[in-house]
Amino acid sequence: MNKNIKFIQGNEACVEAALYAGLDFFAGYPITPSTEVAEHLSSRLPQIGGKFIQMEDEIASMCAIIGASLTGHKVMTATSGPGFSLMQEALGYAIMTEIPCVIVNVQRGGPSTGLPTSVGQGDVGQALWGTHGDHAIIALTASNHQDVFDITVHAFNMAETYRTPVVLLFDEVVGHMRERFFMPEPGELPLVERLRTSVKGGVDYHPYLPREDGRLPMSDFGAEHRYNVTGLFHDMWGFPSNNPGVVHGLIRHLMDKINNNVHQITRFKEYYLEDARTVLISYGSAARSALHVVENRRKRGERLGLLELQSLWPFPFGLVRKKCADARYVVVVEMNMGQILQPVRMAVDPPEKVFLANRIDGVFINPTDIRNILRLIQGKGM
Amino acid sequence: MAVKDYIRKRFFPHMWCPGCGHGIVLNALLRAVEQLGMSKNEIVMVSGIGCSSRISGYVDFHTLHTIHGRALAFATGVKLSRPELNLIVPMGDGDALSIGGNHFIHAARRNIDITAIVMNNRIYGMTGGQYSPLSGYGTLATTAPYKNIDHDFDVVDLSVAAGASFVARSTTYHVRHLADIIKDAVLHEGFSVVEVLSQCPTYFGRKNKMGGAAEMMELFKKNTTPIGSKAKKENPELTERGIFVRNEIPEYCSEYDKIIEKAGGQIKERL
Amino acid sequence: MGKPKLKEHIINRDWCKGCGICIHFCPKSVLELDEQDKAVAVRPEDCICCRLCELRCPDLAIEVETEEPKDEAGNKEAGSKN
Ligand SMILES: Cc1ncc(C[n+]2csc(CCOP(=O)(O)OP(=O)(O)O)c2C)c(N)n1
Ligand code: SF4
Ligand code: SF4
Ligand code: SF4
Repeated sequence: MNKNIKFIQGNEACVEAALYAGLDFFAGYPITPSTEVAEHLSSRLPQIGGKFIQMEDEIASMCAIIGASLTGHKVMTATSGPGFSLMQEALGYAIMTEIPCVIVNVQRGGPSTGLPTSVGQGDVGQALWGTHGDHAIIALTASNHQDVFDITVHAFNMAETYRTPVVLLFDEVVGHMRERFFMPEPGELPLVERLRTSVKGGVDYHPYLPREDGRLPMSDFGAEHRYNVTGLFHDMWGFPSNNPGVVHGLIRHLMDKINNNVHQITRFKEYYLEDARTVLISYGSAARSALHVVENRRKRGERLGLLELQSLWPFPFGLVRKKCADARYVVVVEMNMGQILQPVRMAVDPPEKVFLANRIDGVFINPTDIRNILRLIQGKGM
Repeated sequence: MAVKDYIRKRFFPHMWCPGCGHGIVLNALLRAVEQLGMSKNEIVMVSGIGCSSRISGYVDFHTLHTIHGRALAFATGVKLSRPELNLIVPMGDGDALSIGGNHFIHAARRNIDITAIVMNNRIYGMTGGQYSPLSGYGTLATTAPYKNIDHDFDVVDLSVAAGASFVARSTTYHVRHLADIIKDAVLHEGFSVVEVLSQCPTYFGRKNKMGGAAEMMELFKKNTTPIGSKAKKENPELTERGIFVRNEIPEYCSEYDKIIEKAGGQIKERL
Repeated sequence: MGKPKLKEHIINRDWCKGCGICIHFCPKSVLELDEQDKAVAVRPEDCICCRLCELRCPDLAIEVETEEPKDEAGNKEAGSKN
């Protein structure tokens, strides 16, 4: 067997990808169903001279990776819903201070402790609006291990490119399922390295003055430039300011650098969309069942297609609008009460043609569930 | 280097009230750093939120002004990822021991080489005078208008119990002693706690009718005594100052290096 | 170590907030607040250059300049009032 072929869990594929992308600092706190990420990294990171630390909680984990990113490292933490809730304040801090980091949320079911060992996709909205104040964020997802790998690498690349936290919204099914996976060779996937300032020591360095292309070259903490980092509104030197012009400018910068680059950030896959009359839109493990339904129906000549979103935030409104323009029905398949249904309805004209096929009981949405809902939508009864 | 070369002069006069003890802590800290002959580039100051935490904006080090209570968690990330840096974490009493209490005891337990300076003014200064976990029974605060029925922590006992390998206490009255203690704390390899009794004349002093800044400092003189002094034996009410604990126990980052060796990894070159 | 001799008190009037700490604790009553609530040395001849005013100022607003190289006297524990 080819040495690059592995039979592993999604959480392990995520670990392999993070290491491939250059991860060398991880802080986390155990929580089902993400714990394997921490376990694997606790053995893998020291092998490459990297650092693993189990912190006292998820707040501390998030804070620790921000600190380590600032000294010039690629960093990650991994958690699930309850831990992701705890991380929100520090996540906002990373957004405000523009510190690259990757947060893996292997989603489980429900609010609160919910269903620790069952699947869910209920944290999609939280990934965007979990932390307070106006901001933008990047959230990515994947439905199989090969994609988990690619998307995790993409997450690190996006974090470095836009100097922002990136949330990887996986779910219990993808995280725990074992499947065949092909490990890419070094160099096969492009990697974005940290953009460091070319300003020499002793020369005035503006840590928060974006270049013309919007990117902010960084200087590692401990290197020759000393500067201030604060979660308060700050000027181009990083010092607190409540000057309305500075405040307005910073908010715009934080939102624009993401929202104006939707095309660069967006990842998706499409199946049979050219002539599809019914377009399924799905993501994460739910997209596996959606694809199954589409492929089966195609065999019977039905014009069904699938748009699988791999980036949820910033939401690819233009893409969704275009792909659904000729559809009679658009059906969003997800395991929550319609968290992606809402932006899809905003994107698609008329919104009345958008329906929801969901499951919210901790049970994986299977092809039969989707088929049943399709029959209802298409007026064929159950 | 002169003391003033360590500060960001353009932000002075600073934001603290007249007579605020936090300024004296800044003063002593600068003297300590100057006397140690440290370079500005080797120091990272990480702070949380509060009047005390604003200290990081005034010093010309690498400065990370973070969120309320979490400074030690950020500092842990900085230190573990770059162990050659010197980490100083000034914190308010609420910042360190209320919202940040968990991070405090766990940083102590790990014995990671960070110097935590608890600027204890027994009140929430920044939010306008609410009681803190160090206000103490019977004190007054804007949220304890009748009297405070919460008991306080003893920062020293707590730090010792949590495993800090260097634990000391001083006050803003005993400035030379304070600077010396900070020096020792910075030099100590492991988690160091320096509790500084500091005055907030604006809220704690006024609410509790203690007079102005100078009068509050007189109380630090009157109510404290060196560790193990005769005065303490005669009057157990006195608060001791000095170095309580100084243990040589393995430091976290050097322990982690051993893990790397065990795993067959290469310790990354230190700059 | 010879006794340091005072050159002058350098008081930064922009930074001084008139808190009175230096005045209160000066062992020789050298300092006072002026009508603008800024510290001034009114009896410099009495100053023993103990530097306690400088070390205790929360605003880094007062410096005691002596004839000798500064760090000798400034750093010595001996003679400290602590
Ligand atoms: C999560 C969070 N909760 C509450 C606050 C409001 N807050 C700001 S500073 C502070 C307390 C400050 O007291 P302390 O830490 O003792 O420092 P001091 O201001 O007295 O120096 C509080 C409650 C906050 N900024 N963040
Ligand atoms: S409120 Fe109290 S702690 Fe805050 S600056 Fe004023 S005196 Fe200092
Ligand atoms: S201690 Fe400093 S701020 Fe206070 S009165 Fe004296 S010089 Fe002014
Ligand atoms: S140096 Fe000492 S004696 Fe001289 S003014 Fe200052 S406190 Fe007074």
